[in-house]
Amino acid sequence: MTFDYGDFSFASKDEMLQKSRTFWNPGKTDFWVESGVPLVIDRREEYFIHDMSGKRLLDVHLNGGTYNLGHRNAEVAAAVTAAMSHFDIGNHHFPAVTRTALAEALVASAPQGLTKVIYGSGGGEAIDIALKTARHTTQRRKIVSIVKAYHGHTGLAVSTGDERFSKLFLSDQPDEFVQVPFNDLPAMAQALRGGDVAAVVMETIPATFGFPLPEAGYLEAVKRLTEENGALYIADEVQTGLMRTGELWGITKHGFTPDIMVTGKGLSGGLYPISAVLATEKAAGWLTEDGFGHISTFGGAELGCIAAMKTLEVCSRPETRSMVHYISDLIGRGLREIQADFPDWFVGIRQNGVVMGLEFAHPQGAKYVMRHLYENGVWAIFSTLDPRVLQYKPGILLRPSLCEDLLDRTEVAIRKALAEVRASGRRGERVPA
Amino acid sequence: MTSTADDLPRAEATGVPRARQMLERARWAARAFSSYDHATVLRIAEAVTRAAEDRAEQYAEWAVRETGFGNVPDKIVKNRLCSRGILEAYRDHDYVTPRVDEARKIVELPRPAGVVLALTPSTNPVSTLYFKVILSLLTRNAVVISPHPFAKECCADAARVLAEAAVAAGAPDGVVQVVEEPSIPLVDALMTDPRTDVILATGGVGVVRAAYSSGNPAIGVGPGNVPVLVDASADVPKAAAKLVASKAFDNSVLCTNESVLIVEEAVADRMLQEMARHGAHVLDPAERDRVRETVFPQGRFDTSLVGKDAVDIAAKAGVRVQPRTRILVAPFDLVVDEEPLAHEKLCPVLGVTRVPSARRGIRTAAAVLRIGGAGHSAVIHSRDPRTVMDFAAAVDVLRVAVNEGGSTGSAGFDTFLAPSMTIGTGFAGRSSLGENLQPQHLVNDARIAYSRDASEVLPSYEGIVPWSAPTAPVPAYPVASNLASEPAADRRTSTAAPPDGTTELREELRRLIIEELTTIIRS
Repeated sequence: MTFDYGDFSFASKDEMLQKSRTFWNPGKTDFWVESGVPLVIDRREEYFIHDMSGKRLLDVHLNGGTYNLGHRNAEVAAAVTAAMSHFDIGNHHFPAVTRTALAEALVASAPQGLTKVIYGSGGGEAIDIALKTARHTTQRRKIVSIVKAYHGHTGLAVSTGDERFSKLFLSDQPDEFVQVPFNDLPAMAQALRGGDVAAVVMETIPATFGFPLPEAGYLEAVKRLTEENGALYIADEVQTGLMRTGELWGITKHGFTPDIMVTGKGLSGGLYPISAVLATEKAAGWLTEDGFGHISTFGGAELGCIAAMKTLEVCSRPETRSMVHYISDLIGRGLREIQADFPDWFVGIRQNGVVMGLEFAHPQGAKYVMRHLYENGVWAIFSTLDPRVLQYKPGILLRPSLCEDLLDRTEVAIRKALAEVRASGRRGERVPA
Repeated sequence: MTSTADDLPRAEATGVPRARQMLERARWAARAFSSYDHATVLRIAEAVTRAAEDRAEQYAEWAVRETGFGNVPDKIVKNRLCSRGILEAYRDHDYVTPRVDEARKIVELPRPAGVVLALTPSTNPVSTLYFKVILSLLTRNAVVISPHPFAKECCADAARVLAEAAVAAGAPDGVVQVVEEPSIPLVDALMTDPRTDVILATGGVGVVRAAYSSGNPAIGVGPGNVPVLVDASADVPKAAAKLVASKAFDNSVLCTNESVLIVEEAVADRMLQEMARHGAHVLDPAERDRVRETVFPQGRFDTSLVGKDAVDIAAKAGVRVQPRTRILVAPFDLVVDEEPLAHEKLCPVLGVTRVPSARRGIRTAAAVLRIGGAGHSAVIHSRDPRTVMDFAAAVDVLRVAVNEGGSTGSAGFDTFLAPSMTIGTGFAGRSSLGENLQPQHLVNDARIAYSRDASEVLPSYEGIVPWSAPTAPVPAYPVASNLASEPAADRRTSTAAPPDGTTELREELRRLIIEELTTIIRS
């Protein structure tokens, strides 16, 4: 079978994988083949992706919410397609009708007090903008983040995260980037005590760490600590925003306005990259002092603004909110039923809306479950920074029948993964890393 | 200056994608609702009925103001009939609990349609909305209402009030929704969307045919054109009173209102005199011609006169009438297609023709139906059962109201027909429905069937019910799982969209519902 895409083609999936190793990224290419997930996404629609082999998968990875609205969402696609007959990326130096309209819509959607918008082209860039903004505002350098936090891979963002990604590129900067354990208030207080911290940057629920949930009052207390110590609170809403928690922005469930809020991924509608930083007036001084302070050719690309406006509109609808509550309710109940059958294996469900982490009683448990889900037609990814935990992120516009289908497949995969773990334990094999 | 980027192609018409999403939300609601138990369903229907009847006056006034059709006092009556009246008619029916047929060894398990798309007309906007919402709720269906654009504001408001009341009483979120800005492409999108389980189409012929062409199950009904025969055996004073009241009711906007009076010569003068006593103005030939030209300019009905007062129509035609005139009676000789007065008239103008005998009258009534209204309804005032039987056999309708007004008689409010705002016109009237629409039409039954073999005994299903009452709001608010056991003090815990100034209304509804429930529990 050949794969003809018009201007390029492959004789087979094997040839494609071989060329992928040769010309693109041998490490990544081999990792997935070896993990039992030899996925090369070809066709895609709704919440389905199809491997080149034709195998269909229900996507509950969604690239961290990038495909919140599904793949090639018809409304977003129509908006972007239509826009392409009038707009292009635009010129970042000038005011633009699209950037202005999106900024107004974002401000209207956000917690009260976030009044200015700065654009990037991806989440990492947006985090960098947020950190630079905090440093300018406070005239301090130090940034506090969470151990096993994940905020992206750009210059500043990567330094806030796990050293696996910073040390590789000699980009760890321990003097300026301090990390404290999640849910540990004394450690946070200690880190802020010196009065030299520009900002605390927090994912509202740390995604790549497997969605450990903030304890009651934790985020609120961190916000208070930042205020007491003259630092800013940056809410990273890249994975928790856009209705995934059942409210448009996850942070609103905590009842305070962060000084800076970052959104990305899903904002693109999965069709045109864009990210945004929202800041309070107090934190947004550099926009007046030197509006050219941060420059990004693709940041706030006009087509991206179109995609984002439509995405924001869809996410904000009362119908969407209601559906997320239904989906969250149904899948939460279904998972608890499954858990009751395998209480010693499927040991935890971390859930806030359709942000979910499933914990398994094995150091690499989520990798087993991921593989069996893949075999059974579901794509969900393990948590890079805690492979016991499977990230399980259903879409926000799922139909009831797809939710039921997902639960059926999940039950089978969890059961089979347990059998495999037991069998490999009996054979005394080493578990794959 | 306005500059439009006219090189932008348009995607689906404005509002269509969101309307489709209403169907998806409705599907979620219907899924949840389909496992509710009977007691909860009744409680929800009671709360919604209460909210509806409490606002019968408000919406009657609003509907007349917005549409210009009908009159406020009669719309109040209809709003009450279609809220409290409907609930009382069906309160003792159960469309939820399984039924056991011991003799046939069959257990029937009610299964709702799912998502009902309810189109409501401009003539009876809020009453039809009340009716379809209560029917849907009694049968555990979710309903999306698409009102006629002329009546969209009163309908949207009424739907929101009923939705709030339903959810406050425990119904799933999104069980009642309304399209706020209906348009033809939008209604077409909803009707053809596979998420619509059944369309209830009330309105013009166009909308009904579109519903049947949608590819989805549909219940739509044809137009009426109601003959009323008064034979020599009739109680003339009573017949006259009933006829005038029915024809005047809401200025004739119910499709069951009388269109042509066929009166036996022997009692004709008396009948017209009696009718005059009740507010009928019998037109002389010159006046009749002016009214005919006004109501049917160039032979076509002027829809701007739908539901207008008799006095206003007379004034427009240049006919002087008493200020208390309720209907205009237009005599004519021949019931044929080219006689405009023999066609349906949704305004208080009644054609009248004299016949030498009841037998001739029956033929004339049949002629009225050949012009229009097949499968709909007819009326007879007679004390002779043979005449009534001959009339029913000859006239192509599916209901004959006897010695009662057509408006509320055929619609089941003053007879024992099913009370309804949707009058099934059957095969003759190109409808899938031959009865008055009632709750049972929105439910299927799953049947558990045992062997005919006598050795196979039907076990007892006593007390086995798969449905249950919800224990919390549906759906549950997504509280973080590690906080789920904590008190919900400072958290927003409602799926209902943040209210826009309706907080007080919600509070009032809650209070009313609690009062109601307390009363029920006490009794």
